[in-house]
Amino acid sequence: MAEEAGMFTVPQTIGSVLCCKCGVPMEPNAANMCVKCLRSEVDITEGLQKNVIILHCPECDNYLQPPRTWIKAQLESKELLTFCVKRLKNLNKVRLVHAEFVWTEPHSKRIKIRLRVQKEVLNGAILEQAYIVEYVQQENMCESCTRVQANPDQWVAAVQLRQHVSHRRTFFYLEQLILKHDAAVRAIKIKQMDQGIDFFFSNRSHAVKFVEFVGKVAPIRSRHDKQLVSHDSKSNNYNYKYTFSVEISPICREDLICLPPKLASSLGNIGPLVICTKVTNAIALLDPFTLRHCFLDADQYWRVSFKSLLTSRQLVEYIILDLEPISSEVNIGGSKYVLADCQVARVSDFGKNDTIFNIRTHLGYLLRPGDYALGYDLYGANSNDIELDKHKRLNIPEAILMKKSYEEKRHRKRGKARPYKLRSLNMEVDESQSRADQEKMSSEYEQFLRDLEENPEMRFNISLYRNKEYQPSEVASMTDGEDLPSVPLEELLADLEISDEEDGDESMRE
Amino acid sequence: MATRLQFENSCEIGVFSKLTNAYCLVAIGGSENFYSTFETELADVIPVVKTSIGGTRIIGRLCAGNKNGLLVPHTTTDQELQHLRNSLPDQVVVQRIEEKLSALGNCIACNDHVALTHTDLDRETEEIVADVLGVEVFRQTIAGNILVGSFCTFSNRGGLVHPHTSIEDLDELSTLLQVPLVAGTVNRGSEVIAAGMTVNDWTAFCGSDTTATELSVIESVFKLREAQPSSIVDEMRKSLVDTYV
Repeated sequence: MAEEAGMFTVPQTIGSVLCCKCGVPMEPNAANMCVKCLRSEVDITEGLQKNVIILHCPECDNYLQPPRTWIKAQLESKELLTFCVKRLKNLNKVRLVHAEFVWTEPHSKRIKIRLRVQKEVLNGAILEQAYIVEYVQQENMCESCTRVQANPDQWVAAVQLRQHVSHRRTFFYLEQLILKHDAAVRAIKIKQMDQGIDFFFSNRSHAVKFVEFVGKVAPIRSRHDKQLVSHDSKSNNYNYKYTFSVEISPICREDLICLPPKLASSLGNIGPLVICTKVTNAIALLDPFTLRHCFLDADQYWRVSFKSLLTSRQLVEYIILDLEPISSEVNIGGSKYVLADCQVARVSDFGKNDTIFNIRTHLGYLLRPGDYALGYDLYGANSNDIELDKHKRLNIPEAILMKKSYEEKRHRKRGKARPYKLRSLNMEVDESQSRADQEKMSSEYEQFLRDLEENPEMRFNISLYRNKEYQPSEVASMTDGEDLPSVPLEELLADLEISDEEDGDESMRE
Repeated sequence: MATRLQFENSCEIGVFSKLTNAYCLVAIGGSENFYSTFETELADVIPVVKTSIGGTRIIGRLCAGNKNGLLVPHTTTDQELQHLRNSLPDQVVVQRIEEKLSALGNCIACNDHVALTHTDLDRETEEIVADVLGVEVFRQTIAGNILVGSFCTFSNRGGLVHPHTSIEDLDELSTLLQVPLVAGTVNRGSEVIAAGMTVNDWTAFCGSDTTATELSVIESVFKLREAQPSSIVDEMRKSLVDTYV
């Protein structure tokens, strides 16, 4: 200040005084004592913990953070250092400036940390001092490990997920969703059952959380029950086993549905023949003749709980002979539709007889004459659906096309590996399954993978991983003018590898 | 020689006593031990007077004086003033001054020839200081502290100042005072020099926390080792007629 104002200031040289204890010359400081004397005079580490006992689980290699959390940490890791420093009491009385590990033998069950702390002593002088804290690692199995050791099947809550349909497509998709969202990391056992999956949890709240998750991705109906296992009347403790029964609606994507008259009229006289285009926690329905669409949420569905008239297993292949669009493009839920009048013939009839159907389809945007398409053969179907009879004067078309068929082109590709892989849940499978069941399941899985390739919308919710063994064949891509729908490589998660070590990763995340 | 002592468990003995070459004031009501320590050292040379100033015991911080006079603040009662006049040698002028900075001991540091004062002291007071104490007055600070009476103490032979005093300041002060000065501490590192010790030309009293190192600094800068009352007696004879027989 004074210099800025152009004033003369006398330069100040700091003199030296004698340390008041040992008499060595030194710069004057707040305590007027040399550092050595100050250190001998006051020990700022006094009252700080030098020996701490920490609990360590030998099974899962976790450390107990009182009161109940278990923390995963490697030796000499940042996490372990944080954990160890946090365990020290009274450390708020000093300022911690540095902490580091002192190497100890990994099997010694000792961890040593050198800490540097600062503290204000004797009228304002700040003293810094280093000291070593020794942590004694006591082995103590954590609760979950104890439980596993005692009886691995000891579950408290079970979620029984069921869908009463003839295929497992829904569960393949659900499995991917669960994996992507880590919804079942806390499950202690997952078991594949007929028409569903059972999940077992060690805690009721984990099961409740899981049921809530399923309720967000599928239209479900659930109920729960509990069974008394034991009861301590003296301390009023009850020990229950909880069971959650979760039913997923049997309506799947691409199903043909005949809506009950009441529901059809409440939805603005839609249908009554509609197709299901998408199933999330609500069901999206589309009238293929008028392109009207609507959503049914789980509540609305379970009030009526209709069944599907025909399901995707009953799809029949048609060939398009002629196609004439009669409306402009309509965009519904991200996909484009055009109404069209078309002439189709069943592929099975083709060349045998002259049975030709003139029908209306919503796939005018996708189909061209000469294409193959999959559809429901209502002409040949012998349906005995009660709902269908309730509608008077219902004009039933001869066929309803559902989607374009890529069957022809697939023939060429058969047997080749896909460029991507999917993870799978660690599920227990019933060994007593017959060979036919297994074959059926693998063909359904193949069908599921094709669905994924054809529907980017479905892929959006799940994680695909790059398959390292896959080598793209250049010949195939060169010859095809119109490509098969496939998963673009950019969508794949390159860095993540699917391997058996996954289990380790998952337990770390817990 | 320097002596270590305590006033009722307090090491700030400069607060409770005032030592000059012609008299020594000690706080009244303290333990007899405190008084008798002064008595043994000084009784045969100069009078040791028990007194209070303004009813308080912190006499060392309230009054300022040398062999020529004693200045007491306006809080001093008539009775105390009378008691002081009666007890002190005749040639010591006792003067009560009207100064708003009433802790004169903190504001004025002096020996028999020079005085350093607080920078905000009245001009009138400054004149009285010069007249009564017979000294040359300089308004000064010590290492940035305006309470010069607290942070330094000096006799006619040497002086001890605040430990943070820079070498330039030390040179300037010792030129003004015409005595050698040194930066140092008392009472195990305390920088409030005048509160921790009281000194005259041949003896010093320090708080009992004072370490051997500090004591040796004090003894050497105040030249207490060769100093004996008898060596100064000749010089003192004029002022000490009544006690020196």
